[in-house]
Amino acid sequence: MSYKMHVLVCGGTGCRASNSQEIIARLRESLEERHLDGEVQVIATGCFGFCEQGPIVKIMPDNTFYTRVTPGDTAEIINEHVVKGRKVERLLYKDPREDKSVSDSKHMGFYQKQLRVALRNCGFIDPENLEEYIARDGYAALAKCLGEMTPREVIDEIKRSGLRGRGGGGFPTGLKWEFAGKYRADQKYVVCNADEGDPGAFMDRSIMEGDPHSVIEAMAICGYSIGASKGLVYIRAEYPLAIQRLKIAIEQARACGLLGERILGSDFNFSIELRYGAGAFVCGEETALIHSMEGARGEPTMKPPFPAESGYLGRPTNVNNVETLANIPVIITKGAGWFNKIGTERSKGTKVFALAGKINNVGLIEVPMGTTLREVIYEIGGGIKNGKKFKAVQTGGPSGGCLTEKHLDVPIDFDNLLASGSMMGSGGMIVMDEDDCMVAVAKFYLEFTVEESCGKCTPCRVGNKRLHEILDKITRGEGEPADVDRLRNLGKVIKDTALCGLGQTSPNPVLSTLDNFPGEYAAHINERKCPAGRCKALLSYVIDPRLCIGCTLCTRACPAAAIVGNRKEPHAIDAAKCIKCGTCVEKCKFKAIFIR
Amino acid sequence: MEKIKTLADLKRIKENVQAKIELRERSERPGELVQVKVAMATCGIAAGSKETMNYFIDHLDKNGIRAVVTQTGCMGYCYAEPTVEISKPGKEPIVFGGVTPARAEEIIQRYLKNDELVEGIIPVNYRSV
Repeated sequence: MSYKMHVLVCGGTGCRASNSQEIIARLRESLEERHLDGEVQVIATGCFGFCEQGPIVKIMPDNTFYTRVTPGDTAEIINEHVVKGRKVERLLYKDPREDKSVSDSKHMGFYQKQLRVALRNCGFIDPENLEEYIARDGYAALAKCLGEMTPREVIDEIKRSGLRGRGGGGFPTGLKWEFAGKYRADQKYVVCNADEGDPGAFMDRSIMEGDPHSVIEAMAICGYSIGASKGLVYIRAEYPLAIQRLKIAIEQARACGLLGERILGSDFNFSIELRYGAGAFVCGEETALIHSMEGARGEPTMKPPFPAESGYLGRPTNVNNVETLANIPVIITKGAGWFNKIGTERSKGTKVFALAGKINNVGLIEVPMGTTLREVIYEIGGGIKNGKKFKAVQTGGPSGGCLTEKHLDVPIDFDNLLASGSMMGSGGMIVMDEDDCMVAVAKFYLEFTVEESCGKCTPCRVGNKRLHEILDKITRGEGEPADVDRLRNLGKVIKDTALCGLGQTSPNPVLSTLDNFPGEYAAHINERKCPAGRCKALLSYVIDPRLCIGCTLCTRACPAAAIVGNRKEPHAIDAAKCIKCGTCVEKCKFKAIFIR
Repeated sequence: MEKIKTLADLKRIKENVQAKIELRERSERPGELVQVKVAMATCGIAAGSKETMNYFIDHLDKNGIRAVVTQTGCMGYCYAEPTVEISKPGKEPIVFGGVTPARAEEIIQRYLKNDELVEGIIPVNYRSV
């Protein structure tokens, strides 16, 4: 008899970190004890995306979505839900807007607006089981290409779909394949760029962990269309689970002949190898990535020649990002006409975003291009944490910019984000509230790019360092009015003169905060104040003598001995000694100490 | 796993493994399919609802009816266990009482296939909020 119930447990990195493997083991144990293991199947899937609420356990067919499950909850799930058919109320998701529990993921704000194309199998199939991928039409696209389409027709189909690179640049994928197909060589290469470097972005990792065969199938399709027989996945070594799942998937595909020689009875040969990166941000840039794979330093070089002409080992090479590749099989099976109906005029399909920061529903989401920031932040993301006020959202990671309230109704696509002074990037979205200081945010991103600059070209190596120094000066309260123009001019010069994408975009966080939050820069520079209360050097801790009763609690807690005063008399803080650690504010029982 | 050498091999494997995830795919769109809810509280189980549920799972497939079979708690009709609530797409749900495997077969053949009403329908006398 077939299983009458499926229990899906998230086996992605996030949920594994909160013990999902033990949850799986315990569920299987309890099922065996009750002799239900023949009726109920437990499946470890990829990421469900709702990482904020993990570990996730989903029970089918009634679609019950349990959140924040611990290994201790497993017995109750089996006894109540599986045996008696009663939902375990306390583990259901509580909608923060209406304060009631929702049992079915279909009715959660987080999932309602989503359309999952690249993430279609994540959280649905067992990523280590090739059969489940095949059951979901897996490898049907490759079979269709090999059996019914010429390489030229495959390229035309991808061109017609309007798919653009999801790694950040947004270059039309079909056009890229066409270039690589044009050049003649004894050997060509297909490279999958899995060097996901934007802080806070994890869509590529989740796809490789949750649906590795989709990446393999797409690479083979690309190989067929451009005439390459070798594929390479450049993946960072910090992604052990993604590496393990990819290895298993490659081995499975090879064992049953979906990789190797004469695939599906055709003349097409294709094999895939992994190459590990050490996690340098610049290696996401395709020329730097290729040099790193060749064993050279991960530094970018001038284009042209483009990798399509001379890439890995001097051979024509096509580099695509993981999310881009995950879209390919669906486009082939459902047709370019299906795909290009989704999205906006010039950005087709969907985009995966990693929601992070001060937002209620942290996680991974996929929406059609053209969805507005407001829908993403308030409807899917559930709004700002702790009822605070929205201030800005940083899109595109350290290469992107900050968008504000006035951009909330802009439909998200490649061109609109650029026009608003930010960029799509790889799809990281970091939400900030009223407590975030925008000067400090710009400084934080600059710290990252200064650290990650490879040092090859002067504008990026020296220019970013100078930008960072000026920002640091401003946050320390030593800024001068001319600094604003200095930041602006230097930023523009770096953008215009840097060698690769890293330097050409690194001033974006500075320039966009200057444009959108000029008042905050002015407050730091002219009034020596940080309106958000973040920049330590600009804060001073003060005791209100009317509220202080002289209990001496703060005096004893102060690690710098900066608080003076006699018992039962109002105390005072010596600003010269104060290290602004905030301990006194926490200790004071009379709310007499405040930050100015 | 066996070698997949041709498109025909791939199609055959797909057909064989389709059933393994069919349950998950159907659950994603319950509104379009027949939904069978079997009351599986203590009273239901004691009256044989487990056999009834298994009968539905096996025989709906055999009759080519695409359905989602789930269990629910006690519906309150303990005198008429096993009770089963059936919703056809776009129709009001109907509750059947005393559904033994034999009655289940009758429901499949007459109600689900031909839209004929069969005996044992319990008038729904409550509203849910």
